[in-house]
Amino acid sequence: MIAEAGHYALVLALALALIQSTVPIVGAQLRDPALMNVARSTALAQLLFVGLSFMALVTLHVQSDFSVANVFENSHSMKPLLYKITGVWGNHEGSMLLWVSILALFGGLVAAFGNNLPLTLRAHVLAVQGWIAAAFYLFILITSNPFLRIANPPIEGRDLNPVLQDIGLAVHPPMLYLGYVGFSISFSFAVAALIEGRIDAAWARWVRPWTLVAWIFLTLGIAMGSYWAYYELGWGGWWFWDPVENASLMPWLAGTALLHSAVVMEKRNALKVWTILLAILTFSLSLLGTFLVRSGVLTSVHAFATDPTRGVFILLILCVFIGGSLALYMWRASALKQGGLFAPISREGALVLNNLFLTTACATVFIGTLYPLALEVITGDKISVGAPFFNLTFGPLFVPLLLALPFGPLLAWKRGDLAGVAQRLMAAGIAALVAIALVWAWTSGGAALAPLAIGLAVFVIAGAVVDLVERTSLFRAPFATAWRRARGLPRSTWGTAFAHAGVGVALIGIVCETTWNSEYIGTMKLNDVTKLAGYQLRLDDVTQKQGPNFREMLAQFSITENGDKVGVLTPSKRTFTTRQSSTTEAALLSRGASQLYISLGETAADGGIAVRIYHKPLVLLIWFGPILMAFGGLLSLSDRRLRVGAPKPAKAPRALQPAE
Amino acid sequence: MTRKQRRLTMIGGALVVLAMAAGLVLNALRDSIVFFSTPTMAAEKQVPVGKRFRLGGMVEQGSLVRGDNLAISFKVSDGGATLPVTYKGILPDLFREGQGVVAEGALDASGVFKADTVLAKHDENYMPKEVADALKKQGRWQEGAGGKPVPTQGASNAPASVTR
Repeated sequence: MIAEAGHYALVLALALALIQSTVPIVGAQLRDPALMNVARSTALAQLLFVGLSFMALVTLHVQSDFSVANVFENSHSMKPLLYKITGVWGNHEGSMLLWVSILALFGGLVAAFGNNLPLTLRAHVLAVQGWIAAAFYLFILITSNPFLRIANPPIEGRDLNPVLQDIGLAVHPPMLYLGYVGFSISFSFAVAALIEGRIDAAWARWVRPWTLVAWIFLTLGIAMGSYWAYYELGWGGWWFWDPVENASLMPWLAGTALLHSAVVMEKRNALKVWTILLAILTFSLSLLGTFLVRSGVLTSVHAFATDPTRGVFILLILCVFIGGSLALYMWRASALKQGGLFAPISREGALVLNNLFLTTACATVFIGTLYPLALEVITGDKISVGAPFFNLTFGPLFVPLLLALPFGPLLAWKRGDLAGVAQRLMAAGIAALVAIALVWAWTSGGAALAPLAIGLAVFVIAGAVVDLVERTSLFRAPFATAWRRARGLPRSTWGTAFAHAGVGVALIGIVCETTWNSEYIGTMKLNDVTKLAGYQLRLDDVTQKQGPNFREMLAQFSITENGDKVGVLTPSKRTFTTRQSSTTEAALLSRGASQLYISLGETAADGGIAVRIYHKPLVLLIWFGPILMAFGGLLSLSDRRLRVGAPKPAKAPRALQPAE
Repeated sequence: MTRKQRRLTMIGGALVVLAMAAGLVLNALRDSIVFFSTPTMAAEKQVPVGKRFRLGGMVEQGSLVRGDNLAISFKVSDGGATLPVTYKGILPDLFREGQGVVAEGALDASGVFKADTVLAKHDENYMPKEVADALKKQGRWQEGAGGKPVPTQGASNAPASVTR
């Protein structure tokens, strides 16, 4: 009954999406406010029904109703409640349902909080949202219905893939989708602007918060996924340049570029055509990511046992939306008036440089991800493009970007003074040089590149600090004045500084982890002691335990440093009976920002356990950096100018409306 | 500067960055990509010693030998040819005899494949896609040959592939 209700709610949501995608457009053509307002009510009703549908699937999973194929294939009555809920999106059908639910959520938010938008713009934006939603509802209903019943219900389910039975699944996919799908709003705004043939600074001010929200979630989602891979897979790696990871990195790079170009458009009314293109590209890359992950074209643990009809259907959606929006762009972009003028050395110029490097870096990731697929289709050769490719392309492109980064916020709009900025950045430069010298001396004879990279990171962080110091006249004016100025600074300035410093922090973590990571791989027996990075690790005990739906072998290590006990680690190996598969649960000990990491391998006949022990210096900074970035984004989002609302265009269409 | 000069500066800068990126990509594509072979294909192509490639096939039943200090050797076969593989380290959870495997490394002078990475890129059939495709092409394996139904689920949202 619940399954049928959920299915029916989804069909109703499709019907509403179809109305939402047509009626408001007609309304905008006829200048009929009543028809245009249909967009608002249908968007909210759509959210309601898809929400009901999603809740229905959650209920089915929680109740372990194995007469539903989706529940049977991905659940087990013994599974802990949390994983029964998260298991809803741990499979293809459920995760697509989550995708559309979040799409409807964003549409609903625009409908609910978009009261200060011009009526036609809101109608167009929601109509475009309606098109996307309708396409994906059709996809779910035709190829991936999560509510299908099984004729003879089995007693027990097949259980969820053990790797997914982790708190990471509760956080990572929803975050990632909030990011991915959030960019649909900027896309809809871009297409709406193209349809209307009008775009101005106010448009940028409306788009920016939505882009920012999506970007914050995507940043956190990627970081969360990376940390999950780090502790769950047991290999201590946090980024593999796997196509699925690249699929989330590409929209992030394009979205970061969009965030910055939207600033230029908002402040200086320039780069309009480019910003529109970026908005389209960012969501196109999100769609591409959805295609790569959902169609099963990839060979990775992420990919599904393939069902080609799904792949073809998503490919079709991809072609229609990307092709359609780009065609519309080619046709209409020339109608948009070109904006302001600026010198190459200026804040705008710096932001253009940022965009240039980010989009180029994005393009290299794109090539590295899709080239193997294209080659296989054309020549049949199978190749793999891995970390070496991306280190050789992505890395060199990020170096000039990071070198230029501290200059951007210090340059003036329109015409900047590079020499003056360089002078003000002197302190940051000196800090970087000192850092290089210190690291060099401390690790004498070590890798040559690492101290330079750390110097670069310090330059970025110090640059962010210098920006704040300059703006508050700290050290030059009395402290009280500086304090007053600091309070008076726009939140977005603080946001910029935090986000930029976050980039530097992440870079320090990445460099330290990859350069000075030490590891021990070998077999250990009871009471064996291993020394690593100044720690002694002793295998105290091995025990067996029965979990809710798995059996577990726990190994207990006590860790001492210079004779002092600093902690106990209990890595384990779980064997899941239903799927006959096992997972490795690594154990982590944080010491400051560094971590000790132990994971277990197989047990030999003589009782020795294969262990993998890593010491990863400053590894936590890799994820602390993105958290700082997201926090910076949050600060920017709370900026007064975004809350107060956008300035109305000179001829506000809303003013022509009779009172509702 | 005039409007035209400014525009030329911008376009010039963009072209420089793009040319740089193109150079980097072409260079990286020449040096850092790795081809996939089955033992039969490796024999046909006569892959030179020391050239890195990905070897895929089935782990031969009863070929797995564990030596001291996590040294491991096993044989990879595709029904036609067989290639001995050595590896040092911990095998992924999904590694089994009689099932598909992909290993990355190079041949040494004695014709043994020294792997530095063993991949666990499996679905429920324990069959990496490359291996399945290659074996299918050689007519040695059929979809669902195990006789088990093929469920369509997987680690959709899981973290990345497992490499070592």
